[in-house]
Amino acid sequence: MFQLRDKKLADEIVSSIQKLDVKLKFMHVCGTHQDTLVKNGLDVLFRKCGVEVGQGPGCPVCVTNPREIEEMLLLAQKGKIAATFGDMMKVPGEKYSLQSMRAEGHDVRTVYSIEDAVNLADKNKDTEVVFMAVGFETTTPTTAAVLLKKVPSNFSILSCHRIIPPALKAILDMGEIKIDGFIEPGHVSTIIGLNPYEFISKEYHVPQVIAGFEPIDLLMAVWMLVKQIQHGKAEVENEYTRVVAKEGNVKAQQAINDVFELIDVKWRGFPVISKSGLKLRKKYEEFDARKKFQDNLKELKDKEFKEPIGCRCGEVLRGLISSKDCPLFGKKCKPNTPVGPCMVSIEGSCNIEYRYFNK
Amino acid sequence: MCLAIPGKIIKIDSKKEYATIDYGSGTKRKVNVSLIDAKIGNYVLVHAGFAIQVIDEKEANETLNLFREMLSFEEER
Repeated sequence: MFQLRDKKLADEIVSSIQKLDVKLKFMHVCGTHQDTLVKNGLDVLFRKCGVEVGQGPGCPVCVTNPREIEEMLLLAQKGKIAATFGDMMKVPGEKYSLQSMRAEGHDVRTVYSIEDAVNLADKNKDTEVVFMAVGFETTTPTTAAVLLKKVPSNFSILSCHRIIPPALKAILDMGEIKIDGFIEPGHVSTIIGLNPYEFISKEYHVPQVIAGFEPIDLLMAVWMLVKQIQHGKAEVENEYTRVVAKEGNVKAQQAINDVFELIDVKWRGFPVISKSGLKLRKKYEEFDARKKFQDNLKELKDKEFKEPIGCRCGEVLRGLISSKDCPLFGKKCKPNTPVGPCMVSIEGSCNIEYRYFNK
Repeated sequence: MCLAIPGKIIKIDSKKEYATIDYGSGTKRKVNVSLIDAKIGNYVLVHAGFAIQVIDEKEANETLNLFREMLSFEEER
């Protein structure tokens, strides 16, 4: 359904980029983009055209910080039903992952949708159900929509939701790498539209193109970025017009704003990023697991959390190294025995690289 | 995680909260449509059990032509 394929056009796009003889570095922030890139060999193709395209902090599971992981593990240990998306199960905490917690006999469930977690709460009235709410703007409205309805009183969420634009700003402010352009995530943009990206182009003069997930979408996005640079422009362009409206999904934005407020939060591999996280508003605090179970979580309050020894996910997420530059990649760190989250999540660049090249 | 799959709405409940989505080749699923204004026959993108946007079918069918035009416009400059 809606597969866009045209080899002749693809060849034309590539030769048009090649002709310009550029040397550029673009960043995208989406695991699904990385999957399309690697699966179709586009990363290699772009490199031949002088364009390096790498993944930044675009994997919600990967950027969830170690404290948030420990909070969820502790709540599972304290007898709650811990409901989570499957991608989170194997992310290693200090001693446990949610999966190993389940093996120890605690009640950890994987769900496909937050609605499955609400149903769990309906069916288990005597037990508290905590849903680990992970995800960017694509996923956040689903959490908001559920909380806007009546949910059972034994249901709560551990909000780990984050928004993308402040992370782009953080990458540029840190100045560790030169970024010539951003490929923006199509499905995040489906919700937020074009406006939230504008300040990046205006203040930092960095071109941006919102892209879809077919191979031809990414070819076209890179071409559009190269063209902007050729013409000295820095704008937000939309390649994914069949899905992304300029104003985004206003209904979904409204739901997010009704339920959540922005807070400063640490992303894995990053310092605290100002106003990049989402916390439930006071009106919804009875569903905020951090508030509801603050006594349970007290023991984590002043603890410091370290990254796993040898893990270089932080540098991968900041776009400084590629997965294969990490000495643990494919050796100590594999999808079945992950050291860091980038090898766990199907959105993580290490997992994607391993999946297509190290089977 | 931001993966979203296109499907066609074949039925909507009276409260317009849930719809049955046909993903093609016989796969059907109940999906929450409260985040969009949905009509039967619309193609939508589904993420984690929720439709997050209606796909502009006309725009989708025109996308490749649009790309071709953009390319030839640039080449002629």
